[in-house]
Amino acid sequence: MTREDRLEIGGKSLNSRLFVGTGKLPNQLLPGVIAAAGTEVVTVALRRVDFRSPQENPLSYIPENVIVMPNTSGARDAGEAVKIARLAQAAGCGNWVKIEVITDQKYLLPDNEETVKATEILVQEGFVVLPYIMPDLIIARQLEEAGAAAVMPLGAPIGSNRGLRSREFLRILVEEINLPVIIDAGIGKPSEAAAAMEMGADAVLVNTAIATAGDPALMAGAFAAAVKAGREGYLAGPGPSSLYAAASSPLTGFLREVSK
Amino acid sequence: MSFWQELQGYEGFDFDGFWRRTGPEDVRRVLAGENRQPLDFLTLLTPAAAGYLEEMAGLAQDITRRNFGNVILLYTPLYLANHCVNHCRYCSFNARQQIERRRLSMAEIREEAGAIAGLGFQDLLVLTGESRSVTPLSYLEEALDVLQGYFSAIGLEIYPLATEEYRRLLKAGADYLTIYQEVYNRKVYAYMHPRGPKRNYLFRLEAPERAAAAGMRGVTIGALLGLDDWRREAFFTGLHVAYLQRKFPQVEVGVSVPRVCPNAGGFIPPVSVNDPELTQIILAFRLFLPRAGISVSTRERPWLRNHLLRLGVTRISAASVTAVGGHARPENGTEQFKPADGRTVEEIKAAITACGYQPVYKDWHRLW
Repeated sequence: MTREDRLEIGGKSLNSRLFVGTGKLPNQLLPGVIAAAGTEVVTVALRRVDFRSPQENPLSYIPENVIVMPNTSGARDAGEAVKIARLAQAAGCGNWVKIEVITDQKYLLPDNEETVKATEILVQEGFVVLPYIMPDLIIARQLEEAGAAAVMPLGAPIGSNRGLRSREFLRILVEEINLPVIIDAGIGKPSEAAAAMEMGADAVLVNTAIATAGDPALMAGAFAAAVKAGREGYLAGPGPSSLYAAASSPLTGFLREVSK
Repeated sequence: MSFWQELQGYEGFDFDGFWRRTGPEDVRRVLAGENRQPLDFLTLLTPAAAGYLEEMAGLAQDITRRNFGNVILLYTPLYLANHCVNHCRYCSFNARQQIERRRLSMAEIREEAGAIAGLGFQDLLVLTGESRSVTPLSYLEEALDVLQGYFSAIGLEIYPLATEEYRRLLKAGADYLTIYQEVYNRKVYAYMHPRGPKRNYLFRLEAPERAAAAGMRGVTIGALLGLDDWRREAFFTGLHVAYLQRKFPQVEVGVSVPRVCPNAGGFIPPVSVNDPELTQIILAFRLFLPRAGISVSTRERPWLRNHLLRLGVTRISAASVTAVGGHARPENGTEQFKPADGRTVEEIKAAITACGYQPVYKDWHRLW
């Protein structure tokens, strides 16, 4: 591509539009997966970070040039999310944070209202806030207003690998929100990541689909390729598709005929 | 309205007829379906389903990996005291056993905590017997205050409390509650618990919901397998988990599958639960309760635990010492049961890694 296509978030300019989650992957596999994904942003649950032991700490396995985005997994309300974000920052994890407030342990669906509250507080404190949400336009506008750096709507429940079930609502966010839209959760296959990018999503975050693959590093590479292909397909502006072969002007061709 | 009402709905249910009527085609239908309902779960506990363990295992492994990843959480128990006023027939610590009774002082708790944390553990399960005079709430509060400095998550496995009391212990630093009903069959329960406050079946049955209402992050329940017909007991346990998940969606509800172990009392369990049966129970739990954590303790042998790791288990205990104060001073006291898995933490971690999983010590970060 001749023109620069970079993703700007929180003062950073990213080349890769694939974010990777770490929660389900053995630490030892992280370096290989991160390299194969070519990712520049990796999310880590603070609840898993074991500061006492470098060997147990996922952070030890993430290369220096990759942005660590701690997430607030385990938070049940805005107050807990804010505390986790502050602890992560104090522990040297930088100022990016993915807000996850989950009050439903069965489907792990995000609590949008609490997420807005946490975002408002953390933005004030100088965090680069990326909230994980149900794809809801009204909430996304509130987050935009609150100063979020991006919105991260789900495609389907976490870990479900069910793909872009919320497609219509994701499309609305992509059209209406003036922030990067990063599709998080539910993406199970590279083709679904490509579809998300073709739709105009700015990036995708993948965890389970890579972690549960037979060969996680190979799958990470496949996602990288799919994200790139989907992005280029979006930028190229796909031609209209049709179920039928198109006759040149079946309905209005008569206009070009000599009138009779 | 509590779980008791739901449980009563199965009074008079013809379980034996259900075992007889359920055939392979019913099991296949349940395996092909989604959003499994209580009777689907019961179908997976039937003798007919025993012929489908491999199919169940494949589904269970897939569900577990998607929901929990390739991760196994390690925890270990700490016995603070073995004083007990109950007469549970199956327990080495029951009031009638002539054993040395001990309660750790705060200094000893510090010593034990240091030894356990030194092994790498961050998730601790604190146990006592039932004695409101020797281990009152104030003692537990003091112990939690000490332990908080060493661990990122603390679970309690203690006598059942009132909601307000659970709230006090939460404030003192507890995160999770583990409480086993032991046996859901009320008649067998009465027989197994001839004396002591534990005779109060309902107070125990409703303890998990009181703890959840008080604000505990997680609640783990279970039936002690071997006290009564395991199919029914596993069924009621699963229903209880589903009930708690429904009523308290913000709480992490887990289930444990303890089998009665050889112990000092020489108790002979009335029902045997063999390895394929235990496996069937775990698989049925996983297919009915995709999001529930499943724990397997050192009551089980290394060989079995290594294999169960891949079938739905999410938490295992390690380096368990079931005597009071046995970490810092191994020569001490009577064990509640003899752990069948005596491997070191490093050996267990190596076995988990060899299965392609990541052993983790830490799955919560203390916020206060």
